Amino acid sequence: MATDVHRPVTGTPHRGDTASQDTRGSADTTPAPPAAPPGTSDPTVVRVAGLTRAFDGRPVIDRLHLDVRAGEFVALLGRSGCGKSTLLRILAGLDRDIEGTALVPRRKAVAFQAPRLMPWKRVWRNVLLGLPGKPERGVAEHALEEVGLGHRAQAWPKTLSGGEAQRASLARALVREPDLLLLDEPFGALDALTRVKAQRLVDELWQRRGCAVLLVTHDVEEAVLLADRVLVMEDGVIAHEQRIDLPRPRDIADPRFAALRTGLLERLGVEAPPAPSTPPPKAA
Amino acid sequence: MSISHAPPQPAPDISGKESDRAPSPGPGPGARPELVALVPTSSRRARVPRWLRRTTGPLLLLGLWQLLSTTGVLTSDVLASPETIARVAGNLIEDGSLTSAMGVSLQRVAIGLLLGTLVGTGLALVSGLFRIGEDLVDASVQMLRTVPFVGLIPLFIIWFGIGEAPKVAIITLGVSFPLYLNVYAGIRGVDSQLIEAGESLGLSRWGLVRHVILPGALPGAMTGLRYSLGIAWLALVFAEQINADAGIGFLMVQARDFLRTDVIVVCLIVYAFLGLLADFVVRTLERLLLQWRPTFTGR
Ligand SMILES: Nc1ncnc2c1ncn2[C@@H]1O[C@H](COP(=O)(O)OP(=O)(O)O)[C@@H](O)[C@H]1O
Ligand SMILES: [Mg+2]
Repeated sequence: MATDVHRPVTGTPHRGDTASQDTRGSADTTPAPPAAPPGTSDPTVVRVAGLTRAFDGRPVIDRLHLDVRAGEFVALLGRSGCGKSTLLRILAGLDRDIEGTALVPRRKAVAFQAPRLMPWKRVWRNVLLGLPGKPERGVAEHALEEVGLGHRAQAWPKTLSGGEAQRASLARALVREPDLLLLDEPFGALDALTRVKAQRLVDELWQRRGCAVLLVTHDVEEAVLLADRVLVMEDGVIAHEQRIDLPRPRDIADPRFAALRTGLLERLGVEAPPAPSTPPPKAA
Repeated sequence: MSISHAPPQPAPDISGKESDRAPSPGPGPGARPELVALVPTSSRRARVPRWLRRTTGPLLLLGLWQLLSTTGVLTSDVLASPETIARVAGNLIEDGSLTSAMGVSLQRVAIGLLLGTLVGTGLALVSGLFRIGEDLVDASVQMLRTVPFVGLIPLFIIWFGIGEAPKVAIITLGVSFPLYLNVYAGIRGVDSQLIEAGESLGLSRWGLVRHVILPGALPGAMTGLRYSLGIAWLALVFAEQINADAGIGFLMVQARDFLRTDVIVVCLIVYAFLGLLADFVVRTLERLLLQWRPTFTGR
């Protein structure tokens, strides 16, 4: 696929190989983003201009602009109810009650917060659902293996755990070989441990597939961990944009990571937690 | 702030020096909690197979009936004993009258059920899938369904004559309404999130109907089928007792004219068994088609 060419520069498939990534060294000193594309020639997979969506006359998205390049990993943050899911549903083509222009690739796939598997279809049939032609079961099994679920292909969705169901839903999205993958808080309902695993999985899959990802999340840490670019949505527009130039795989303990996180949290109106420098007054 | 002035109450003793503390009331650290063994279900559940458990109820009833007959509480002109009934049933089967009557009745039910299923699900699809269909169909069906269909028998005889047509028509009518209501409710009960997921997967309109809406409506359709089968037998009884010349209902009318309570009871039992058979068919269908359902299945 053409998108393979435009894979992010820092997205090295060999994650353990920390030896000779000179881009990493430069990231320490220069503000020049190593994750930036080599040129502006990267094709755009999402181009949104002047997008407006109103519910009963109340605009939730108000003349919004957004561009996403091929192969780019974009995270979208914002307070609950600010219209993130609405934007994602529009990009997925599920909500056409819009004004303005929105260009999206034909091949796109969505994974929602709930897995939304058809309970009446076995897992592998769920994965193949909606694919053109008559795809073989092997196609589904291959996609399921990619998310570590090859052994559950024959299962009914009701027998899957929350994390497994979410991975099956991811396999269902990936089997479409999308140019744009839309994720709406896909880890929101998972327990902490499963969430970390799922985040790693998405990171890996993105690096392997090289598709553009738009990840809606309310977790700042997750956004900084995964994305090339973090957007903050507010009052119906993208109010803030933050490039994340940290080398991958990223380390939460990195002070630059913490700085980015704090900056974004402040941007979202959450004060940084009072450091231990302000102990409760001790009355004598 | 006065937090630092901790109340001078006995602080919890963690020194462990005093081994014999005063017995604390309630489940204090001294009281040992009572342990209960968790019994695995396999040893708790009765080992009696399911089909046997399901047949014990009717068999007990039969036994009671035989008991009442032999002790003379039930006289034979009120209700013949099971023994007599069995003999009469044997005779009726031998001379072929029962089997041929059953054949005729079964055929009527089958045709009526088929037509009613087609009409009921067809209308439910039209009004469930399309809003315009709902506006056109639903009000009329809701209105007609309150008319007692048995009351239409004379009208049907005038319209369709006295052949098979009015009997099948009555069954069709009775079967259509419960199927319509339940399939319609089933379609409208499909989770809109799943429909959206189907759309996002690129399913066509027909693909959505086939892979999302119809399977989602299947539990409702099964409930409708249950009701429909019950009503089909009811409608059959009514239809066959009015100018029929064959069928179980006809056999019963004939028996009434000859005051043969035993034959009437045989016919009733046949109806009961056919109902049981129908229930078995639906149960099997449900087990095969609804095994994906994450619902409570009883303990
Ligand atoms: N179908 C709808 N009808 C009316 N209001 C809606 C609808 N869907 C979403 N909204 C409103 O739009 C706003 C944004 O919702 P949403 O995009 O789901 O927020 P979030 O950013 O938490 O995903 C909310 O105020 C919500 O109440
Ligand atoms: Mg949302």
